[in-house]
Amino acid sequence: MTVKEFAQKTGMKVLAGADSIEKEVTGVYVCDLLSWVISHAGKGNAWITVHTNLNIVAVAMLAEVSCIIIPEGIPVEEATLKRADQEGVIILGTDMSAYEVCANAAKYFEKVYT
Amino acid sequence: MDINSIRLHYEIPGDDFTIAGEASSNVKKMLNQLGIAPDIVKKTSIAMYEAEINAVIHAGGGEANIEITGEKITIVIKDNGPGIPDVELAMQEGYSTASDYVRELGFGAGMGLPNIKRYSDKLDIQTEVGKGTVVTIVVNIN
Ligand SMILES: Nc1ncnc2c1ncn2[C@@H]1O[C@H](COP(=O)(O)OP(=O)(O)OP(=O)(O)O)[C@@H](O)[C@H]1O
Ligand SMILES: [Mg+2]
Repeated sequence: MTVKEFAQKTGMKVLAGADSIEKEVTGVYVCDLLSWVISHAGKGNAWITVHTNLNIVAVAMLAEVSCIIIPEGIPVEEATLKRADQEGVIILGTDMSAYEVCANAAKYFEKVYT
Repeated sequence: MDINSIRLHYEIPGDDFTIAGEASSNVKKMLNQLGIAPDIVKKTSIAMYEAEINAVIHAGGGEANIEITGEKITIVIKDNGPGIPDVELAMQEGYSTASDYVRELGFGAGMGLPNIKRYSDKLDIQTEVGKGTVVTIVVNIN
């Protein structure tokens, strides 16, 4: 499933990186410790985090995740969105909690951790 | 691989945590342009990012020197920060002295040095308390 389909099916908004929206999602990964994410997130995972600072763009690129999901309607800094657009990193926003995103995702992905 | 030695130099500013990672992101782009295999690019950029971030959050910035040859990529991150009193302890997963502020940004898992070890073929840390730290990372190509 692509990020676009995933976002549509779960009602998430595309906040940045719309040009790269056809990337393939391989599952979901939730963690807020950046160095942990770098070495543990699976390639193509949709990464849920409450962090919104610029560093999440670098981490998303290093971990090769398919997109970043910001839950609970947390506002994202303009600088982060701008960098994400430049680097082709997709950021999705949703009012759902991380748990609700996962519960939704479980319908589509058998393996949510790779 | 048919490339001669390439040397790159970057200053790592120490005053802005939010833009940290510029040098490693530039090196990543360069490696991709050179046609280095994607898994080697990934290893190199993760290892360099962690060392660069450490220089920013623990040592007030520093400098990065990179050499790329046909055989290997060598990254040297040097800072004039406080040094690491116990390198063996610092290498342990979960050990971190990160401040509350940088933890709020998502750093401080104590996974940076273990990540560097995992993603490099050679890691050398020269450090002196009160003087600074030099982290040398080698990633073999092929
Ligand atoms: N360049 C440095 N100068 C001084 N101390 C350092 C330096 N690099 C690492 N350290 C020390 O080693 C500890 C462990 O580093 P490591 O990168 O593994 O974790 P961290 O930076 O604290 O957290 P994370 O990397 O997971 O965000 C640091 O908390 C710090 O005490
Ligand atoms: Mg670190």
